[in-house]
Amino acid sequence: MDTWLYLRLEAFPALLRGFLVSIQLIVPSAVSGLVIGILVGVLRVYGKSVIKALADSYVVLFRGIPLVIQLFIWYFGLPYFKIYLSPFTASVLGFSLCSGAYHSEYIRGALLSIKRGQTLAAESLGFNTVQMITSVILPQAIRRALPGCGNEIIYLIKYSSLAYMITCIELTGEGKILASLSFRFTEIFLVIGVCYLVMTSLASFILARLEGFLSIPGFEQQRT
Amino acid sequence: MPESLTAIVDALPYLLGGSLVTISVVAAAMGLGFVVGLPLAVGQVYGGVVVRAIVTVYVWFFRGIPLLVFLFLFYFGFCTTLEIDVSPYVVAVVVLGLISSAYQSQIFRGAILSLPEGQLKAARAIGMSDFQAIGSIVVPQALRLAIPGWSNEYSILLKDSAVTYALGVAEIMARAHFVATRTYQHFPLYLSAGAIFLVLTWLGTKALRLLEDRVRIPGYSPHLS
Amino acid sequence: MTAPILQIKDITKSYGKKEVLKGVSLDVNRGDLKILIGPSGAGKSTFLQCINFLVRPDKGQIWLNGKEVRCEHRRNLYAYRQKIGMIFQDFNLFDHLTALENVRIGMVKVKGIPKEEAGQRAELELERVGLKDHMHKYPAQLSGGQKQRVSIARALAMDPEVMLLDEPTSALDPELIGEVHAVIRDLGSNGMTMIMATHQIAFASLLASEIVFMEDGKIVETGTPDKIFNDAEHSRTREFCSKITDLYGER
Repeated sequence: MDTWLYLRLEAFPALLRGFLVSIQLIVPSAVSGLVIGILVGVLRVYGKSVIKALADSYVVLFRGIPLVIQLFIWYFGLPYFKIYLSPFTASVLGFSLCSGAYHSEYIRGALLSIKRGQTLAAESLGFNTVQMITSVILPQAIRRALPGCGNEIIYLIKYSSLAYMITCIELTGEGKILASLSFRFTEIFLVIGVCYLVMTSLASFILARLEGFLSIPGFEQQRT
Repeated sequence: MPESLTAIVDALPYLLGGSLVTISVVAAAMGLGFVVGLPLAVGQVYGGVVVRAIVTVYVWFFRGIPLLVFLFLFYFGFCTTLEIDVSPYVVAVVVLGLISSAYQSQIFRGAILSLPEGQLKAARAIGMSDFQAIGSIVVPQALRLAIPGWSNEYSILLKDSAVTYALGVAEIMARAHFVATRTYQHFPLYLSAGAIFLVLTWLGTKALRLLEDRVRIPGYSPHLS
Repeated sequence: MTAPILQIKDITKSYGKKEVLKGVSLDVNRGDLKILIGPSGAGKSTFLQCINFLVRPDKGQIWLNGKEVRCEHRRNLYAYRQKIGMIFQDFNLFDHLTALENVRIGMVKVKGIPKEEAGQRAELELERVGLKDHMHKYPAQLSGGQKQRVSIARALAMDPEVMLLDEPTSALDPELIGEVHAVIRDLGSNGMTMIMATHQIAFASLLASEIVFMEDGKIVETGTPDKIFNDAEHSRTREFCSKITDLYGER
């Protein structure tokens, strides 16, 4: 069978299936990672000392240990405590927690970059802490954290391929199975590479547009 | 002694042996990434339209595709098609190095662009060719500024190196998994592997900070001069 | 009369639509100290940088010792630049090198002089500008005045025939201007040919062989200090001179 025919008849349907699984991995992980990141980032800046220390150690652990090992711990390690996760659940859990740790770094940096005068002004208007955080600080911090967090989401798209290593068959996994059967590794993995390139490029395009859309004249420059 | 602890103690020499493999993979990949990445950065800053376009596409390509896909593509794909007989270790170094070169080029590019324009001008004014000026004025300064970025790249590369387990490179992760499947002590062993990575990250970052202090120019802080 | 050492003819330069230099010509004789004055944006700095092709002029010709400079040949360009020393407003010392290394690097890399020999020469040049004691310091450890003197030593080490000085004292605190002026004065009395842009009227009127008033990309008027400052032909020159005297003190 010639390459094109093979790709069209056999590879593409399987790869499409895998692609959809990849999307199902990426989207929830990105969202929950971001939520965790914001929560942890806020706690690391405004939390009480014990909570701060806990949040800090979470970040050190999840940024310092390779993601593959984290995935292995969730999938192969938890049964040690009689907890059994499906490959898909373990992947989403692993991605969210790891990604959240990275997001929190950007959120924390952004929060710390906001000038003291902003909080003083909010306090002087009678805002309570929660109101101040949600309506003054976060809107500014999110804009500053956006480039970093956006990058992290692009990393997540690429790292989603690691789900294959704990037997969650997504795009890379489908490709590996197909290629092992047909020995057309080069063709299959080039196609897969293109798929990822499209995803990452699309994501960076959207993020750049979002950054442009949210930008406030002169705000990004006054970073001190 | 509880079973899990025995398993860790028994496996420790084997795992530490794996860390030597990990370190050598990371060091070689960083070296390759440096050798390729620096010319890319210089090309992207000072090159003509064509060179700049080539570098941009190169960086886009190597940053846009997952490591695992590159490992499979190179090892099972290219090496088989072109009938090159190389070990997974070599493929791991080459792939990690090429990906790193794309990231390192952007670190160096940022560093070069942050230098004051007058440095290059002054070099030209005493009759240096562009090649001399870049080689003896721009690059030595840019490399110093690039060390923090480099330290970050090291910790990413270190963690990514665990993925080369997929090709069977006998690094820390691969060894931990090997022992785990035989002793059924998965959790303790992965945790130990993770701990070794944490220590390696810490050590490497520390070493690079020492290097940064060593090559620091007295009194100099960029953007204030 | 001998032929001019440097002849500059009809230099023009535009950035996009903005014409920065509109045909500037200047003849410089050996030992001259030509001082360029004029409001900021007049094109003085661009003109100086055009002279050694740090900025490529759109049109115009330059002769050094009667020989036209062909900057399209790189080798010629590099050789020519060695003969034209350049002093920048913000010094542009190489930040990663000590004072000595700053002075030495051009001799070693460009002229191919052995390191040892170049080092001795560099020491000599630093001594000449009064900085022998500071030669192992890095730029960030020197004062502005010291930095500028190192940069002069760096240029001198290349044995230039002409020096271009682009507002060498305008980034300096007032109390540091004197030490740099003293070095420039020494250079002048040793017969160095110089073109210098400055706002220091007192210094200019004392030492200039000719004052060149530039405005809006053109040379408006040239003449002796006495003529330009006291008896200028053009009203623009007179206006500028009175303004700058108010700003920078009596002559």
